[in-house]
Amino acid sequence: MKSLEELRAIRESMQGQIGLRSENSEQIRVVVGMATCGIASGARPVLTALSDAVLTKGLSNVTVTQTGCIGLCKYEPIVEVIEPGKEKVTYVKMTPEKALEVVDQHLIKGQVVKKYTIAEAIG
Amino acid sequence: MYRSHVLVCGGTGCTSSGSPRIIETLKKEIEKVGLQEEVSVVQTGCHGLCALGPIMIVYPGATFYSLVKEEDIPEIVSEHLLKGRVVERLVYKETITEEGIKSLNDTDFYKKQHRIALRNCGVINPENIDEYIATGGYEALGRVLTEYTPEQVIQTIIDSGLRGRGGGGFPTGLKWKFARGYDADQKYVCCNADEGDPGAFMDRSVLEGDPHVVLEAMAIAGYAIGASQGYIYVRAEYPIAVQRLRVAISQAREYGLLGKNIFNSGFDFDIDLRLGAGAFVCGEETALMTSIEGNRGEPRPRPPFPAEKGLFGKPTLLNNVETYANIPQIILNGPEWFSSMGTEKSKGTKVFALGGKIHNTGLVEIPMGTTLREVIEEIGGGIPNGKKFKAAQTGGPSGGCIPAQHLDVPIDYDNLINLGSMMGSGGLIVMDEDNCMVDIAKFFLDFTVEESCGKCTPCRIGTKRLHEMLEKITEGKATLEDIDKMEELCYYIKENALCGLGQTAPNPVLSTLRYFRDEYVAHVVDKRCPAGVCKALLSYQIDADKCKGCTLCARICPNSAIIGKVKEAHTIDQEKCLKCGACMEKCRFGAISKK
Repeated sequence: MKSLEELRAIRESMQGQIGLRSENSEQIRVVVGMATCGIASGARPVLTALSDAVLTKGLSNVTVTQTGCIGLCKYEPIVEVIEPGKEKVTYVKMTPEKALEVVDQHLIKGQVVKKYTIAEAIG
Repeated sequence: MYRSHVLVCGGTGCTSSGSPRIIETLKKEIEKVGLQEEVSVVQTGCHGLCALGPIMIVYPGATFYSLVKEEDIPEIVSEHLLKGRVVERLVYKETITEEGIKSLNDTDFYKKQHRIALRNCGVINPENIDEYIATGGYEALGRVLTEYTPEQVIQTIIDSGLRGRGGGGFPTGLKWKFARGYDADQKYVCCNADEGDPGAFMDRSVLEGDPHVVLEAMAIAGYAIGASQGYIYVRAEYPIAVQRLRVAISQAREYGLLGKNIFNSGFDFDIDLRLGAGAFVCGEETALMTSIEGNRGEPRPRPPFPAEKGLFGKPTLLNNVETYANIPQIILNGPEWFSSMGTEKSKGTKVFALGGKIHNTGLVEIPMGTTLREVIEEIGGGIPNGKKFKAAQTGGPSGGCIPAQHLDVPIDYDNLINLGSMMGSGGLIVMDEDNCMVDIAKFFLDFTVEESCGKCTPCRIGTKRLHEMLEKITEGKATLEDIDKMEELCYYIKENALCGLGQTAPNPVLSTLRYFRDEYVAHVVDKRCPAGVCKALLSYQIDADKCKGCTLCARICPNSAIIGKVKEAHTIDQEKCLKCGACMEKCRFGAISKK
């Protein structure tokens, strides 16, 4: 170890990993429905895409987690974005590609991707 | 990349309750459902709730599973990890509320704790240096070497008000200053990890859960006093701690955080381990250094103090594990941050190992000034089976007990000394009405008699005589004069023994005499043990009116001491009775009682 920069570089690269273990009420929570219905309609690649994107883009304020059946099986895979102090946004019929769009538009820029939300789907 | 981390405690407590097998099964099950790329299994250090081990925490969400069994693993994997449904049946009950599962930090056990020395224990993988670095590790060393002069480091430690966590409570910064003050071609930094008090395991948990913090702090200390070599003196009875220290040292060397020219500052520092063979006296600083030198672990007179002539006759700094564990955080957060916690003369936090008659046996770290009542009733969850609190023993064989009337005294160095006990290294043993205080004093004397190194007479012979006197009392053969004589001997030993072991050995006797003299008197005058512990003073009796003559007791008695015919009242032959209590336990009619 020759400099603090070198040390800090290791820290940065590890932060995404360790960050998962911090519990913070300020965090944005991204919840993927992972019941039988969700998994059957492809929730697992969505979950992986989300976790990877959050990590590679260094979004330390976002936690990706999973939950059971949300109750709207025909709209699975479902992803919910829960921001502290804001109304929950529910995205339906997700794919890895759509999920990445949500990461870029919603999680980074703060703009809800309306076309994928449940309100649009139900009409 | 992993989307979920499953942390399994690998401390000594959880290891002995089976966590290695849990980890193995967990990995197998995770592979079976094909999640090995998504879920990472991490072995961590102690979480503190040893009574509930093996412990497992699933992130994100921090779901806390306690008392996990191997056969529960498939369910946890398929329900929680695969489908995201928490297995509520296995979750720590305290965290379940009507609104769902609450954070572990909101439970009674953790709420009042403040973890500085233990901050990484149970959070990181102790065998992975990158995880330590991710939580800010080695940043303090880097800053010290590139931005501080040695004097500035020492001043920071002095300003923080940190005092030695090994027992004596000497101001750490001053110790560093003294060690810096002596000129020599070679100086040493030592770490006392020879934790010997019965029931204490604070240092072990730090070494097992966060070994790098000790290495980092020792390197900082080396820079501050001008030493290039460090030694960690650790008990061979701590195999997990020893192994993790070995891993940590080799990783730190590999990263250049130990060795030559650290952080390109020109500062060299390396650390080696020395294993102790388990003699209690080697926790005493001069005996410890004698042992590192390769000699029989015996103390020597002070002065000269180690700061002047220590290891191999060179100026030496010796601190305890927990003391070191505070150092990097003090550097990073500033001395004011540290001194804002605690009481006027005792700053920061203290780790205690809770044991004895208490629900949450385990490890807690509390701000100085927390009351004993908060520790026992709130954090510790109180005393099992509805029994009444009698006393808490702190400081191990060198300490004393604190009775119920002082439960609300804030815990700090000076208050505990005023109460006739001491902080010690942090063992805290809770006793209830079933504990006999004379017996407790005898237990600790048993220990010191065994552990006295024999070099000085007051300790070698004095503790033996003390023990004999206690034995006489517990057998009901003593007189009141004996109690006075015993007290006199206590003061004699305290004043004349060579080292801390002997000087403090009478403390358990003196403090129980101070608060529970009536129990001693009951043994001597009434020939009675109020708590019903001392066997020589006990007798078991059968109430002839209640006895139905079922013969169950006669059959269970290991020494055939119970006589009687079927359907007639039985009697106990007091000559033959071993006082094991087996008959009383078995009797279905409550006819047998203990007096």
